[in-house]
Amino acid sequence: MSDALTPVGKSPGRFTRLRRALGSIRLPLHDPLAIIGLAIYAFFIVMAIFAPQIATHDPNEILFTSEFTIAADLRPGVDGYLLGTTTLGRDVFSQIVWGARSALLIGLTAAFMVALIGSVVGVVAGYFGGWVDMILMRLADVAFGIPFLPFVIVLAAFLEPSIWNVVIAMALVLWRDTGRVIRSQTLTLRNRVYVEAARVSGSSDFKIILRHIVPNVLPLSFLYGSIAIGWAILTEASISFLGFGDPDSISWGYMLQDAYASQALSKGSYYWFVPPGILIILIVSAGFFITRGYEQILFPKLDR
Amino acid sequence: MKAITVIGGRLLQTAFVLLAVITILFFMFRLMPGSPLAAYIDPNFTPEQQAELMARFGLDQPLWRQYFIYLGNLLQGDLGESFFYRQPVAERVLALLPNTLILTFSSLILAYVFGVFAGAYLAWKRGSVVEQIGVPLVLTTRAMPEFWLGMLLLAVFSFGMGWFPAGGTRAPGAEYDTMWALYTSADFWWHMTLPVLTLAIYSQGLPLLLMRSNMMDVMREDFVTMARIKGLSTFTVVIRHAARNALLPVMTSFAIAVGYQIQGNVIVETVFSWPGLGRELVRAVQTADYPLAQGAFLMIALVVILMNLVADLLYAALDPRVTHE
Repeated sequence: MSDALTPVGKSPGRFTRLRRALGSIRLPLHDPLAIIGLAIYAFFIVMAIFAPQIATHDPNEILFTSEFTIAADLRPGVDGYLLGTTTLGRDVFSQIVWGARSALLIGLTAAFMVALIGSVVGVVAGYFGGWVDMILMRLADVAFGIPFLPFVIVLAAFLEPSIWNVVIAMALVLWRDTGRVIRSQTLTLRNRVYVEAARVSGSSDFKIILRHIVPNVLPLSFLYGSIAIGWAILTEASISFLGFGDPDSISWGYMLQDAYASQALSKGSYYWFVPPGILIILIVSAGFFITRGYEQILFPKLDR
Repeated sequence: MKAITVIGGRLLQTAFVLLAVITILFFMFRLMPGSPLAAYIDPNFTPEQQAELMARFGLDQPLWRQYFIYLGNLLQGDLGESFFYRQPVAERVLALLPNTLILTFSSLILAYVFGVFAGAYLAWKRGSVVEQIGVPLVLTTRAMPEFWLGMLLLAVFSFGMGWFPAGGTRAPGAEYDTMWALYTSADFWWHMTLPVLTLAIYSQGLPLLLMRSNMMDVMREDFVTMARIKGLSTFTVVIRHAARNALLPVMTSFAIAVGYQIQGNVIVETVFSWPGLGRELVRAVQTADYPLAQGAFLMIALVVILMNLVADLLYAALDPRVTHE
């Protein structure tokens, strides 16, 4: 019934609100470094999507030379293997290409979970305050006391070694930074006049949070999420390098472990272990560059 | 009086975090596949040993009682027996701690000395080409997987040039009467060069960027302008006036960096076969030596928590802007 009587100046519809919230996330297109970062991301996204088309071989297939011996430790270019082959006769280039998939998958899902958990904890703690805040912030203290990499190692080893368990282990610890920052942001928002006005006019807590708090903390969640992408990719590489990664997926960390265990260092097979490292550096520093450009939008004070 | 309440509060908070982490650790090691007895009893132990450990850790008791027995044992420094070494975990872990700490502190001191000077320099060179190349370069070192850098250094300087050993802490067959003799030997430091370099290259970014942004803040303060007006040379202004004031927050970040570094050491120690807590943790998890894994984890957590406390206290003590109202 009330819907029939649409008053002038009715609150914007759901889509408008969503658009406004997303509109607060702007891409940092003023900063040359950030543009380079975005370009690198675009490059990796294309590589991940079209991995089957770009890769020249099956990354797991054991390849043979024309003399029917295993194509082991071939130098780049020999027999048409762009970046050479591993000791077990697998194509390095194809593994690199497929590795982009797991890197992006892990980076993005972990970052999403970190930003989500951190934002929910931060908003709830900051908005409600009192004992809720007390409990949540002591939880954050505990998360800061947990050694991150050892925790992920132990959890990944005890649970099934899979991409998802690594992601979950990371999310369980890394929400702490986002949570604290979002909480203090929420604290400053809570006492703003428009929030006060909404409360006086009878809006429920849920409505106030959704309409007035969330759109204002979303850019910060996005910022911390983008920082977490790099952390997640580096962590996954470390975990795979130590041999606790998903045995079914090809990742750059796994390639490095394979190279290290196959004496690639003493054989001087640079073509094998240098490219995965460079790609990890590229994708993680691209995240840093975007983050920096984004920080300058959020905190213009820094831009001087 | 106020200071005492602040310190007391921090200590209480630290004790709480420590207890929580210990509790998480206890339940995490009950999560693992197989019998809960596996956390303490190796099937290869003799029946007498097994019975002894059963009693010592109350493994036939309900879980909540096991938890309190575990806490009690912990208070007495009893972390169980290592399956692999057949030796008390506490002994083993304490023997490895110095190796990890020496590695961590040497690399961080190197990183901070370099980072502070380079950061001040980049702030001074603000807007120049040096800065435009320098800052992205530093960000790139932060994006580098530490173990990959270690692999690269190993391949080039150890296997390639043969300048440095490939791993360990001492030459094959070298014996030292005491640990002190080992730590002060050239042999030890020669073995430590590559791992320290790896960790230092990775860690210098934090003090460098922090120093740079602090310097940029301080340089616009009135007293720096004053010093300039007095006609002091740029060098004197930068070093004597600005750098001193920008240094404080960088120094407090050192404690946090120790905490971070010690967790990250896990992987660099593995690459360089450095016998420290981190590599021991990895090996213990791989070989299902649960008591040792638990002990190594606890030791690393202890350092992290302690360093968080030190950073908090330092921050409160050194920065006059932080008040405890």
